[in-house]
Amino acid sequence: MSLINTVPETVLTTKVDDLLNWTRKSSVWYMLFGLACCAIEMMQTGGPRSDLDRFGAVPRATPRVSDLIIVSGTLTLKMALRTKLLFEQMPEPRYAISMGSCANCGGLFQLAYSVCDGVDKVIPIDVYVPGCPPRPEALTEGLLKLQDKIQQERWLVRKPDVAVA
Amino acid sequence: MEAERIHGLLREKFGNAIEQGVGAGDWPVVTVDGASLAGIGRLLRDDPSLDFDCLSNLSGVDRKNDDLIEVWYHLFSYGKRHQVALRATTPRPDPVLPTVSHLWPIADWLERECWDLLGVRFVEHPDLRRLLMPEDWVGHPLRKDFVEPDEYHGISTRRESLLKL
Repeated sequence: MSLINTVPETVLTTKVDDLLNWTRKSSVWYMLFGLACCAIEMMQTGGPRSDLDRFGAVPRATPRVSDLIIVSGTLTLKMALRTKLLFEQMPEPRYAISMGSCANCGGLFQLAYSVCDGVDKVIPIDVYVPGCPPRPEALTEGLLKLQDKIQQERWLVRKPDVAVA
Repeated sequence: MEAERIHGLLREKFGNAIEQGVGAGDWPVVTVDGASLAGIGRLLRDDPSLDFDCLSNLSGVDRKNDDLIEVWYHLFSYGKRHQVALRATTPRPDPVLPTVSHLWPIADWLERECWDLLGVRFVEHPDLRRLLMPEDWVGHPLRKDFVEPDEYHGISTRRESLLKL
């Protein structure tokens, strides 16, 4: 008789890492941060039809309590510095989704003098969502991809090859 | 009031500061001397028969080949339902014009934009700062000889063409 059969049926067993990741991925709070037309689609994603709240993602009004920044729209050079500042204010572990062509690579405006062609030049990006602008379903898929990534993380195992900053 | 009569009134008051002839089009064009622009603007706004209470647009043109910068003032009168465009030119190496922001408050931001993008200095403007570009930006991007800097605060503005994979 193995140990697993000695506990009642109402008890679930899991790994601590998995449990922690499950709780974290089920409450990805994203910062209200809209830059351009993609922000309209982001609002739709948070709205009743697409309802990002189903996955535990709710908008927060300040970076200091946010886990995720969705860079939605054309990033100008002027805004790039501010985006970096906002990202640095977020507590770790923090994640970033680049939404739409403009945030991914500058998109239609990448040759303009005022546009930062790609938000990944300023902050590290976890998930890129293509589209111009992406539909709410696409952004939802991006969040699910991010949840997959969070679920794969291992916090309790010390990784010897990772330098401590 | 017809454009010719507006032009005649201005000629009567300002003489050679108003060039002869009225440019055709939806917005009849009157070419004026930049130095007396503030007085011309005051007459156009305050004369009861002219009553230009709305500055619809203020824009600049870089005429590099003629070494000139043109600034256009599109005026409209809600009361009289007539319209006129003023064209003032200023030398390109040191473009200076008097402000009209005390006549039409909207000119405050429009002149700031014109300063930001074309480098036209509006004398006696209350707050002539950049409007669109970052505060520490160098140069005026809509000048024909503007050269885009290679980087801005460590953000490279160069990206390999997306056509080259």
